[in-house]
Amino acid sequence: METFLQQTLNGLVSGSIYALVALGYTMVYGILGLINFAHGDLLMVGALVALQTVTLLNAAVPGLHPVILLLAGVAVAVPVCMAVGYLIERIGYRRLRNAPRLAPLITAIGVSFLLQTLAMIIWGREFHVFPQLVSTTPMEPMAGVVVSPLQIFTIVVAFALMGGLMLLVNKSRLGRAMRATAENHRVAGLMGINANGVIAATFIIGSGLAALAGVLFASNYAIAHYAMGFTPGLKAFTAAVLGGIGNLPGAMVGGLVLGLVESFGAGYIEHLTFGFLNSSYQDIFAFVILGAVLIFRPSGLLGERVADRA
Amino acid sequence: MKQNKLIFALAAASLAAGAVHAKEVVVRIGHAGPLTGPAAAFGKDGENGARLAIEDANAKGIKIGGDTVKFELVSEDDQADPRTATTVAQRLTDSGVKGVVGHVTSGASIPASRIYEQAGIPVITPSSTSPKLTQQGYKMTFRVIANDLQQGNALGKYAVDQLKARKIAVIDDRTAYGQGLADAFANAVKSSGGQIAGREFTNDKATDFMAILTKIKAMNPDAVFYGGMDAQAAPLARQMKQLGMTAKLMTGDGGCTGEMIKMAGDALSATTFCTQAGIPLDKMPGGATFRTQFKQRFGNDIHVYAPYAYDAMMSVIEAMKAANSVEPAKYQPALRSLAYQGVTGPVAFDDKGDIKGGAITVYNFDAGKWAPLQTIQ
Repeated sequence: METFLQQTLNGLVSGSIYALVALGYTMVYGILGLINFAHGDLLMVGALVALQTVTLLNAAVPGLHPVILLLAGVAVAVPVCMAVGYLIERIGYRRLRNAPRLAPLITAIGVSFLLQTLAMIIWGREFHVFPQLVSTTPMEPMAGVVVSPLQIFTIVVAFALMGGLMLLVNKSRLGRAMRATAENHRVAGLMGINANGVIAATFIIGSGLAALAGVLFASNYAIAHYAMGFTPGLKAFTAAVLGGIGNLPGAMVGGLVLGLVESFGAGYIEHLTFGFLNSSYQDIFAFVILGAVLIFRPSGLLGERVADRA
Repeated sequence: MKQNKLIFALAAASLAAGAVHAKEVVVRIGHAGPLTGPAAAFGKDGENGARLAIEDANAKGIKIGGDTVKFELVSEDDQADPRTATTVAQRLTDSGVKGVVGHVTSGASIPASRIYEQAGIPVITPSSTSPKLTQQGYKMTFRVIANDLQQGNALGKYAVDQLKARKIAVIDDRTAYGQGLADAFANAVKSSGGQIAGREFTNDKATDFMAILTKIKAMNPDAVFYGGMDAQAAPLARQMKQLGMTAKLMTGDGGCTGEMIKMAGDALSATTFCTQAGIPLDKMPGGATFRTQFKQRFGNDIHVYAPYAYDAMMSVIEAMKAANSVEPAKYQPALRSLAYQGVTGPVAFDDKGDIKGGAITVYNFDAGKWAPLQTIQ
């Protein structure tokens, strides 16, 4: 029972980061029908920019409180990522808005390589230590189950951001414009909505979320590296498809489900298959679940609620 | 042509000195390793070790087949790159070297070994530890350092016999290196009377090990072994601490690095163990003398593998002496049956070309660095 609770907690932590990244995929897909494969690399840019800021600030003003350092890192990383996201859309994708769908998709893969290579040139090939600014000392709320303040922090921040995004999309003027553009950006344009502006805003918001996810990811694992965006990017894309790509609550559910499935997969696959499969099938387990969901619900777990697309 | 000139010059020089020599022949031996790029320090170290051996041998005036032999080093840069390594190997064999010391990294040694095999030129690596190198069944490939299998084996025995670990969980990253090391470790634990409580797997791009660690924690093992590199071993160490696990953490040379110390930070403790092939310099039979001699000759300290390169070069020369021939086909059998007392210890090869009883040193984390605990032969 303790192990089960612990695995649930592990799954929630990684799942909430997946969910945060998956939102970025799903927002862009919802509006443009484009899978922005460079999204995972924005996470990397966010983490490395935050790391650079924290390092520089710590060198300039030693002895600052960790929370101030963390906030400063975020305060620089989020605008930088937003700018990078905006530039990618403005330079890369906007010109291809009316091109065949494959063209922006391939461009997205190219942008992903570009970001990784630039990061490699700037920050080098080596792994960097990302300071764990929130305590990782384990607490034991009940016997056998441990949780660290950092894990609680990760889950709380991720859920707060997801809640904030839902409010923005469903309650604000910008959100209404986003939903309208998602349904049909040409018609939305005829109704007086600045479709280009809305699309740019979508990229900016998604990139900001990716930067925050990057900081959460890097501080959770205390590591930052120029290729660190690839794996969480792929997992988040899977989560977005699992939940129904283009659907905001779907991305969150998909992310959490994927995190939990991976955690339980690694923990219990051996018992479930009577020792036939082991944890080297951890990733396969996640994709089997994805396959099964797509067979029975081709548009994902929450996929058919098209009205909620943003 | 160049050789003839050199011989002529030398002959003239010795005549001028009034010495009476029958004949002097020049024998060229190659060294290959990275002299540029990130691994350049290792390559230069090997080159210097090999050069020192050649100078020592020349000072002794060794006679082979009635002629006094003057050895000459031909050094090539393989950039630790598999493709460059094959080019360099081809260039060395074409230039007529009688033997090669190198290459330094396993990634370079493995592709290059095929070229030396076809050319029939013995090659002795001072530092490549991949078991694959000697599993190819090549007659010309030798190594003077323990391989990864021997490493896993030594650490497995150490865990059970010295650390008294009974239940041990094993994780590997499913790469050739990690899996090979973990299998060797697990077998050694079992044959020493320990128990493998669980076998878990991850991959070489993973950062999250919470799920498999939670599963392992429930088994309550005395120690956790990780077969893989420092980029995974460091977050793994942190997550063990985060889960409040008190089991010892053990890794091979992939986790026995400065990067590991940097990345794992305060998650390392005196109960973190790792291994490296070879022995620390001050534990080598000829270590102290070699250190002084090396420093005097090159003006800098030994990096890591220079004593091994020295022994590799000396093995070639000793085998030539034993066979009384500098021809590869003649002295290769002598290399197989070699028994030479080197700087690093006794050098003798098994039927695969691996060193017999190669040394492995177990380290633990102490005061911010890896401190040698015990060397296992």
